[in-house]
Amino acid sequence: MNVTGAQVLFRALKQENVDTIFGFPGGAVLDIFDELFRSDIRHILVRHEQGAIHAADGYARVSGKVGVCLVTSGPGATNTVTGIANAFMDSIPVVVFTGQVPTPMIGGDAFQEVDITGITRPCTKHNVLVRRIEDLGRTVREAFYIARSGRPGPVLVDIPKDVTRAVIEEKDISWQPNISNNNNNGKYAFTPEACMKALDMIRKAERPLIISGGGVLLGKASEEFRTFAKKLHIPVTSTLMGLGGFPATDPLWLGMPGMHGTYYANMAISHCDLLIAIGVRFDDRVTSKLDAFAPHAKVIHIDIDPASIDKFVKAKASIVGDCKPILNFLNQYVSEKGFTIPEGQTREWLKQIDLWKEHAPLTYCRTGKTKPQHVVETLYRLTNGQAIITTEVGQNQMWAAQFYHFDYPNSFVSSGGLGTMGFGFPAAIGAQVARPDKLVVDIAGDGSIQMNIQELATAVNYNLPVKVVILNNGYLGMVRQWQELFYGKRYSHSDIANVPDFVKLAEAYGAVGLRATHPEEVESTLQQGLNEPGVVVMDFHVEPEEGVYPMVRPGAPLTEMVLSKEEKAA
Amino acid sequence: MTVRENTISILVNNKPDVLARIAGTFSGRGFNIESISANITRNPEITNIIITTIGDQETVIKLEKQLNKLVDVLEVRDLTDVSSAQREMILVRMKVTASNRDRFTQIVDIHSWKIVSTDADYCILEVTGDRQEIEDSLSLLETIGMEDFVRTGIVALKRCSPQQIG
Repeated sequence: MNVTGAQVLFRALKQENVDTIFGFPGGAVLDIFDELFRSDIRHILVRHEQGAIHAADGYARVSGKVGVCLVTSGPGATNTVTGIANAFMDSIPVVVFTGQVPTPMIGGDAFQEVDITGITRPCTKHNVLVRRIEDLGRTVREAFYIARSGRPGPVLVDIPKDVTRAVIEEKDISWQPNISNNNNNGKYAFTPEACMKALDMIRKAERPLIISGGGVLLGKASEEFRTFAKKLHIPVTSTLMGLGGFPATDPLWLGMPGMHGTYYANMAISHCDLLIAIGVRFDDRVTSKLDAFAPHAKVIHIDIDPASIDKFVKAKASIVGDCKPILNFLNQYVSEKGFTIPEGQTREWLKQIDLWKEHAPLTYCRTGKTKPQHVVETLYRLTNGQAIITTEVGQNQMWAAQFYHFDYPNSFVSSGGLGTMGFGFPAAIGAQVARPDKLVVDIAGDGSIQMNIQELATAVNYNLPVKVVILNNGYLGMVRQWQELFYGKRYSHSDIANVPDFVKLAEAYGAVGLRATHPEEVESTLQQGLNEPGVVVMDFHVEPEEGVYPMVRPGAPLTEMVLSKEEKAA
Repeated sequence: MTVRENTISILVNNKPDVLARIAGTFSGRGFNIESISANITRNPEITNIIITTIGDQETVIKLEKQLNKLVDVLEVRDLTDVSSAQREMILVRMKVTASNRDRFTQIVDIHSWKIVSTDADYCILEVTGDRQEIEDSLSLLETIGMEDFVRTGIVALKRCSPQQIG
């Protein structure tokens, strides 16, 4: 029996257990969309291709599956580039299918033609132009394999229109991925020796600290990680990407470190003698001045990507591999041999950490206009910490990370590496599709929310009841803060006034719009919004010149924190 | 860390796009490709790309780790400190006139260079050798009327153990 390229694609998607794709049609993908019309795979039609890729990303982060995005050639494809780079930076498994002009026309500057494989080469884990229908089935299977294996990442598959229309005998289709030569495959078996070396270092530590990152969540290892930290009774800090990997309500939790991290997390890093890093890549927002980072510590680095080891921070011991089996091995050894850090060895250290916590907890001035931190705190309380929170980028993102306490993995969705404004709302849509049972809230700024505001149509159309909390200060807040601190308060183009009227805008899209202009209105507005069954946009007018603190100036060591507008760290 | 020239041999799947990805990895990390040679190995589905680039050892190790991540890269070998035979080739076009003919013939004989084509006034020379020999030959030919030349990338083959192929 003959099948078309479009049919081959859908069969491959079925083989990969894909039940949802996010996309937007166009000329080059008409045959694919025609096949989609007959398929039982759910397609979420967005209003901008950037919305599709961010939604697929959010879907992947929350579900643990590979996110799938389908767009047309030319501008459809280029509209996904930001989202692909975003997924690449945060190592999120997504497969992006882009239409392409027919093969005989490639390279001739055809209508809606771009060299998307050329454009996305540096920001995809892998990409491929499928020139023949014979290669299509296998290539799609390979794309999914590459996206999800090892250190996950985005894979782009560019499919020319004539390939989608070509026919092939069913028996001639090859489905088997051919990745046997992939060099990285062999590197993911960790050695017991490496684990024993690490345990030996742990036994001797007097001031141990664990720093975890996105790798723990991508490795689906938060259970094993929790067991590891609790069994050994070692304090835990976690980067932005790792939030939720360890329960924030646990007494061992120190909050997030880095440029806007907690005082106590930064002090702990700066004074520990053993730093156990699991699934982190030592990004500059976390380390700040590298040669002043964890100056007294020996580092154990556990990571799936060998290129991360010794990239920025020298490891005394490294365990390369998937953190789930590694942590399992360590936990098993600890449990069977009754391994502990000798009694009392870390007592002084734990006391010191408590003193740091008392000295400078996360704080803000509660008087005056509505404080954005108060909005987040209230949201946390009203949702019992059970919501899936997505964020945009900037001050809104930092306050969300600081004042919402995440106890569960895959409940915090934020653009860490690329820092993409406009990510949070479509990502929330993707998250809601993945978890229809959960409350999903996008914490946004008035600048960021406008970047993909058109996706209100998507959310309302499919009744994906995402709640948007806008911390509206009339500024591009983080830019304004830097301009205040480092550019003599010259607010160059960071003032975005108070347009639009977000309530009217929400209603124009068929959503519910609510506004709170005074602190007393925060709780009731949030409560009302969270209780609405559909899409809600809540516009909170907050203190215009509030800053995110603590702050470590760029290039400064982590110990040099500014704790508030007035106060420098002691 | 001393900055020096490094020779890296990369075994890759012989597919379109792979070279572009390799080049992009070099440039994306701030490395210039000083010279490059690429051709199939005994297995026609596997290509050996040999690139020389300038950098200190620590940074080059990071570059090699990044190359190893690429899906179509099978193996990365740093041949810089490894005992290997290295050769480059140049083709040189010489204008041969009455004034330089004798000196030219003498030099070609001494070095046993190959003349691969001749014309009324021109000839093309082929010179093969290691880096130093090529540099020296070019300097010498410059003094006796070299018109133009083309130069290949370095090819290098490890001496000690048999070369693994795929």
